[in-house]
Amino acid sequence: MEYNPPLLDISKDPAQDGLAGDNYVSRASYAGDNYVPGEHRDVRYVHASDLPGAKPQGDHIELHRKRYGYRPDYFEKKRKKDAREVHKRAAFAQKALGIKGKMFAKKRYQEKATMKKTLAMHSERSNRHKVDDQVEEGAIPAYLLDREQTARAKVLSNTIKQKRKEKAGKWDVPLPKVRPIAEDEMFRVVKSGKRKSKQWKRLVTKVTFVGPGFTRKPPKYERFIRPMALRFTKAHVTHPELKCTFNLEIIGVKKNPNGPMYTSMGVITRGSIIEVNVSELGLVTPAGKVVWGKYAQVTNNPENDGCINAVLLV
Amino acid sequence: MDAIMEGPKNNIISVLTDPEGRTLGTTFDLPQDAGPKELHALVNAVLQNEETIPYAFYVEDRELLEPLGSHLLKHKVSVEQVLRIVCQPQAVFRIRPVTRCSATISGHTEAILSVAFSPDSKQLASGSGDTSVRFWDINTQTPLQTEVVHKNWVLCLAWSPDGKYLVTGSKDGEIILWDPSSCKPVGPALKGHKKWITALVWEPAHLETPCRRFASSSKDGDVRIWDAVLRKTVTILTGHTLAVTCVKWGGDGLIYSSSQDCTIKVWETSQGKLVRELKGHGHWVNTLALSTEYVLRTGPFDHTEKTFKSAEEMKQAALARYKAAKRDSPERLVSGSDDFTMILWEPAVGKHAKARMTGHQQLVNHVYFSPDGRWVASGSFDKSVKLWDGFTGNFIATFRGHVGPVYQISWSADSRLLLSGSKDSTMKIWEIRTLKLKEDLPGHADEVFTVDWSPDGRKVASGGKDRQLKLWMS
Repeated sequence: MEYNPPLLDISKDPAQDGLAGDNYVSRASYAGDNYVPGEHRDVRYVHASDLPGAKPQGDHIELHRKRYGYRPDYFEKKRKKDAREVHKRAAFAQKALGIKGKMFAKKRYQEKATMKKTLAMHSERSNRHKVDDQVEEGAIPAYLLDREQTARAKVLSNTIKQKRKEKAGKWDVPLPKVRPIAEDEMFRVVKSGKRKSKQWKRLVTKVTFVGPGFTRKPPKYERFIRPMALRFTKAHVTHPELKCTFNLEIIGVKKNPNGPMYTSMGVITRGSIIEVNVSELGLVTPAGKVVWGKYAQVTNNPENDGCINAVLLV
Repeated sequence: MDAIMEGPKNNIISVLTDPEGRTLGTTFDLPQDAGPKELHALVNAVLQNEETIPYAFYVEDRELLEPLGSHLLKHKVSVEQVLRIVCQPQAVFRIRPVTRCSATISGHTEAILSVAFSPDSKQLASGSGDTSVRFWDINTQTPLQTEVVHKNWVLCLAWSPDGKYLVTGSKDGEIILWDPSSCKPVGPALKGHKKWITALVWEPAHLETPCRRFASSSKDGDVRIWDAVLRKTVTILTGHTLAVTCVKWGGDGLIYSSSQDCTIKVWETSQGKLVRELKGHGHWVNTLALSTEYVLRTGPFDHTEKTFKSAEEMKQAALARYKAAKRDSPERLVSGSDDFTMILWEPAVGKHAKARMTGHQQLVNHVYFSPDGRWVASGSFDKSVKLWDGFTGNFIATFRGHVGPVYQISWSADSRLLLSGSKDSTMKIWEIRTLKLKEDLPGHADEVFTVDWSPDGRKVASGGKDRQLKLWMS
């Protein structure tokens, strides 16, 4: 059973929300001066000392002491009694049997432990400690000490598993499933012709990528219109291990999960795989070749945000 | 200019000079089809060399690779005046570039921070972030010995020029001396520095053999001169206000130290007095290079596999090599800094900069003179390696190819090949004659922190963040 605590309404008086225990005292009722008999008050929250006449049991002793003073031998008796207390305690500790003895022993042990700790803390001041420098991780040579270096992308590892994956054609992507996009959401019908009755043209409503050598077909014959406002060349690509984002150029759209037609058109939606230019990351393969293109998967809806965010597939 | 091509055999009046400018022999009437081979025979005859030494010929700072006539025509050199041909002696031996990784040896459990071959190329030692110093057998390419004596990262390594000691410095300021023959430390750690050791360097062999003294620099701003036999600090050179990044011991007995306070101080070693202060940089001075550095590091050993019977013999051999490398000019010092420039100094002569070498677009991390002192190479965080003239500081060429900051560079013993290791996990070999990339050495899985070319030129050792020590052969 899940417990849902009730929400607190801050505007209300905390005493009246029913959450306070029996001992909680409402602030207004502390001083006895403010008490006005007859005023409506919840009896549970009134302090006992405010009720007229009734006093707690200890107070009359104080009152007597104020009026008549102490007994003449009071302080000596007290001192001696306290001195005997230690012996009494010890006798009890040694003689007590059964459950009583066990309970006392447990309590006494806890007392002793805390006392030892406080004594040790006090003696720390005069203690001498051996300085033991820990050997740190991340060893760097002398010329790099004193320099703060940003963590860099590790060199690609061509492990056996990765090779097997490449062969199988399956990739481990951050977004394995995405919402399918219907054709009427992707395209908008554009009416053309003198009477505006022809409806064979379509306007792409999602973000697209067109290469640098792209030229439109003659406007009279182009079926799919890709508006320039929705054409992007750069993507914000995050490296999953370094956790930093770079603004990298897009080389092409590799795959759009909604279909091969969208891939060939260059439509970029959430979950599509794009190829980005990573030459500025300075990655090098174990064979010594410089890597300049890598795949990344788009993680946002670019048509809503106005930018393409992607995660690099390492 | 056309007059050259008209007549059947037009001669060019020329005079041969050595790199310092002195003329060798008299003026010659050279035929226009005289090429490097003919000049080579001529120079050797003029100088009466016992063994023919290969030379490189330069006309107006450009190397002569084809017959004189066509060279002059191509580069439009005037024949009105006497033609000056500068003859640079080259190393007699030729080192083959390394092409393949012959062994990847694992063993270190943390990144390898420094690696060094002994001066006679027989031993290899490496220090790493797992506080161990490991000795490796070069012939079988396997680990020889592992010693965990340091308590923190082993940052620096230095072999004594006579090969009798190895000294290592760590991040907690401790220095340990090692006996390479037994691979064991000699005595307890030398304590003195309060912060990490940035550089270690030995006194040159020609000044004292067997090698006793070495200098260490640290982040705490001091340079200490230690005596290995007495096992204590002889002199402390204080003066720098910030960390000392590099220290070098010159062949004339002066110590040069560079620091993050933008200055370079020159000290004399007998009393530990400051001789000169070289100011000129605008930011941290990261690295120093001496023109005779390679010779001082290898001491009496060279490409011939000679064994020495006595310390006196070693000293004489080291002195002979030093004199040959230095010739008559004073020692040159190049410093590389965080202000993207390098400065060429002649510290024994004066405190003013001789030349300022600008061109890098990021901080200069490592500068290194070629073993014959003719070139200076600089590796920088702007992913390029630049080559400069070692005498004048003129820019010669840029080597581009790395995709990450270049960390360390190393020369081959014949000064014909340059090796660079970078953050992008590759190493590249550049050829000086053609000024092009010779070999690409990929293979490391992560950043390459340290590279070293053995003095006999047979092997290259490299280590980095991936904890593998790689040995490369041709």
